[in-house]
Amino acid sequence: MAAMILQARQLSKAFGGVRAVDGVNFDLTQGEIQALIGPNGAGKTSFVSLLSGRIAPDAGQILLAGQDITKMPAHLRVQRGIAYTFQITSIFPGLSVFDNAALAAQSRGARDLTAAVTTALTQVGLNDLHKKIAGSLSYGHQRLLELAMGLALTPQILILDEPTQGLAAGEIDDFTALIRSLVPKMTVLLIEHNMEVVMDLADRITVLTQGKVLARGTPTEIRANAAVQAAYLGGHDHAAA
Amino acid sequence: MTEAAKIWGLHLGVVLALLAAQNLLPPYYANQLARVLVLALFAMGYNIAHGYTGMLSLGHALFFAVGMYGAGLAVWHLEWTAFPALVIGVIAGGITAAAVGLLALRTTGVSFMIVTLMFAQTGYLTILYFGSYTGGDEGFVVEAIGRQVFGFDLAQDAPRGLFALALFALGLLAKLWLVRSPFGRVMLAMRENEDRSRMLGYNPFRVKLIVLVISGIYAGLAGAAYGVLFGYVGASFATVQYSILPMLYALMGGAGTVLGPLLGTTVMFVLVEIASLITSAQLLVVGVALVCLVLFAPRGLLGVVRDRWLRWLP
Repeated sequence: MAAMILQARQLSKAFGGVRAVDGVNFDLTQGEIQALIGPNGAGKTSFVSLLSGRIAPDAGQILLAGQDITKMPAHLRVQRGIAYTFQITSIFPGLSVFDNAALAAQSRGARDLTAAVTTALTQVGLNDLHKKIAGSLSYGHQRLLELAMGLALTPQILILDEPTQGLAAGEIDDFTALIRSLVPKMTVLLIEHNMEVVMDLADRITVLTQGKVLARGTPTEIRANAAVQAAYLGGHDHAAA
Repeated sequence: MTEAAKIWGLHLGVVLALLAAQNLLPPYYANQLARVLVLALFAMGYNIAHGYTGMLSLGHALFFAVGMYGAGLAVWHLEWTAFPALVIGVIAGGITAAAVGLLALRTTGVSFMIVTLMFAQTGYLTILYFGSYTGGDEGFVVEAIGRQVFGFDLAQDAPRGLFALALFALGLLAKLWLVRSPFGRVMLAMRENEDRSRMLGYNPFRVKLIVLVISGIYAGLAGAAYGVLFGYVGASFATVQYSILPMLYALMGGAGTVLGPLLGTTVMFVLVEIASLITSAQLLVVGVALVCLVLFAPRGLLGVVRDRWLRWLP
């Protein structure tokens, strides 16, 4: 069995009276692509925010390669190889595309900064735009820049929060090919609403509803799972949205 | 010509132009230029913290004053010459900024402004309280020995002007190097999007503390230089006015530009000179100029130049 690179044990977080993440147990296996799905408000973003350290849990434990990182601040988790790309694009709008990617690359001590930035930008197809001011890019290109910043961090674990939102159909194909090329060197955790992308890419899927794990399994198992269909796929057809 | 050559060429050219101006201007104006250069050094330090890193401080008068008093008291009580006195000023500015930063950087935005202002006011009152050592609100004159540097007498116009220019040039080129370095990029990242910077692996507290110490070193050097060059140390330099002035100079010239503080300080001095020929209410003219700036060029003079024409300007 492959090694568990990231684990969550009984992880919980409440905002006011809302239990956004409620006793979640979760494993990420080295080198896999795992998708995290669930209806809006299921706690997906809250859950990965706990993993990346953006917010602190009320209870539970997070282990990185067996080591407890529950109390480790976010910037140190990034240094240890957990990269998080934002759902709502969060780039540096006043800086150039190059500088945006360079901030990620130099943070992990890239020896040849220009080469590292060029590699990351070429992977997402933005290298021709490296002199542009990031805020002037189209929304889709900003999403790709966000992804390039994640790649430039050369993480062990790449957490992608709705990366295909706002991408054109052709760009989505490039995106899936790119993500597939990253494993097994990297491990990918993908929050995604586009079911085609999820079914196409994921080795395993975890389904969250109301802060709890509803089901987990391979894409085929999840498709056949009656509880998932009732709670999620049946009710609101997000695949069509 | 590469972009780097263009940028370094421009800034060295500015230094050479200032050297020419020092020699060509009549003594009164050459002396005013020396004041402009020292205050521009202060404003450059302010700009590193505010214009580049986004920390809006109202406490920089404290860093300026501890530099000035560090140098001045070393001359008064220990009879040091100008160079070691300046070194003490720099160290005092840096250490004070570190101490203030360790506490004040737990806050951001308006709270940071208020906490830094509070520290600066405490510094001002401390100077008054220990009047027997500091000269209180009358201040004191820096004795002749404290104005000697490497055999030159800083009380004379020519050496004073050159020394002011040398310190300014050092500060300018160091700042240019800093903002073009990878760390300079991280400074901008803090200003633009602190949360994202954290998720790229940077510790905002640490970065901002380092920047505040650099800024405090500039302010301390400027304060110490002001004391030994112009021969007077006084509590008025620790008042809130001296926290506002470097901010205004930097905003006028262009926050987040390397040459902006020099331009802003020069323009403000020229405005006050011209206004004082016409009216005794010079500050009214300055006030109108600032209102116009906010209305028509909120990014400052060089900020406009950079947005419109010279995108490469650091």
